[in-house]
Amino acid sequence: MVIINTKFCKGCQICVDFCPKHIIKLDDMQKAQIIDQSKCISCGFCELRCPDYAITVVKE
Amino acid sequence: MNETLKKYFRMNRLPHIWCPGCGNGIVVGALVRAIDKLGLNPDKTSIISGIGCSSRSSGYLNFDTVHTAHGRALTFATGLKLARPDLNVIVLTGDGDATAIGGNHFIHAARRNIDLTTIVFNNNIYGMTGGQYSPLTPTHSKATTSPYGHIENPFDITELAKASGASYVARGTTYHTLELINLIADAISHKGFSVVEAITACPISFGRQNKLGNAPAMMKWQKENTISVKAASKLPAEQLAGKVVIGELYRRQAPEYTAEYQKVIDRVTGGNGQ
Repeated sequence: MVIINTKFCKGCQICVDFCPKHIIKLDDMQKAQIIDQSKCISCGFCELRCPDYAITVVKE
Repeated sequence: MNETLKKYFRMNRLPHIWCPGCGNGIVVGALVRAIDKLGLNPDKTSIISGIGCSSRSSGYLNFDTVHTAHGRALTFATGLKLARPDLNVIVLTGDGDATAIGGNHFIHAARRNIDLTTIVFNNNIYGMTGGQYSPLTPTHSKATTSPYGHIENPFDITELAKASGASYVARGTTYHTLELINLIADAISHKGFSVVEAITACPISFGRQNKLGNAPAMMKWQKENTISVKAASKLPAEQLAGKVVIGELYRRQAPEYTAEYQKVIDRVTGGNGQ
C-alpha cells in the first residue's frame, strides 16, 4: 500500500512517470494521488525516488 | 517516508526548501538509507556541508552536523577527523562548492587520503544563486552567466579525485537510486578519502535554461545517457563518446592520514600520546 503525505508533496511528477504500474496521478491540487491501490506491486521505487520524502510504501 | 528512516531526519525542519523535482532530496534519501544499511551509530556520525543547495541538507539530518563556509566543508571535516578519528565524517557538497570555491581543499583532502566520505551533488549549476555556471557545467550549456552557451570545458570530478589521490571514487545518479545507496555505503565503509559524484537533476535553474524538460525528463536523460562500468569495459572507446560511466570507478588500498598521524604521535611520544 502506498501512503502519500500531501503536505510534503510538491507535485514534481517523478513518481507519476516512473511508477511501473502507472497508478499514480496528480490531483487538482497538483499532489500525487494513487488511483488504484490494488495494482501496486510494492516495488518501492516511488518511495526511493521521491525527493520530498512524501511517499511511504507499506509492504504487505 | 519509511518510519525507520524518520529518526535520521529533523522532522520539524521538513518539508525542505528544495524546488519541485530537485534531485538533492533523492541523494539525501540514498545517504540515510546507506547509513541505515550500515547501522552506523548516529552519535558517532557527523555530517559536514558547505554552502549551496546541496549543503542545506545538513540542516535536515538528525546527526551532529556543521553547515560551514562556502567551499570549506572539507577543511572543517579534516579538522574534525583529526581531532576525533573515531567518528564517521561525511561531507555533503555541491559541484560549485567542491570544485570552484573549495577546489583546492578538494584536491588536497584527496591527496592526504584522509578517511572522509565526500558526496558531491552534481547538478551542473549554481542553483541557489540563480543558475550561474559552475566548473561542472557542460560545454555549450546555457547559464545565467553564459546566455549564449558555455565555452569552458567542465572538470571530470571523478578523474580529478583519482588523480589527486582519492582511494575510492564512484559515480551514481538519482535515477539509479538503489545503486547510489550501495555506492554511498561502500564509500562510507572504505578507509581513506572516498568520493561519490551523485548526478542530480536541477530542473529549475539548469533544466529550464537548457530546455531539458521537467524532473522526470531529466531523470530519463540519466537513464539513457549512462552506462555501467562493467558494460563500458566491454565497449570500444568510440562507442562510449557522450556516455557517462556510473558505478565504482576506482578503489585502492593506501595509508590513511589519521592512522599515519597516530603512528607519528606514538613514535614521538614513545607510545604515551593520545
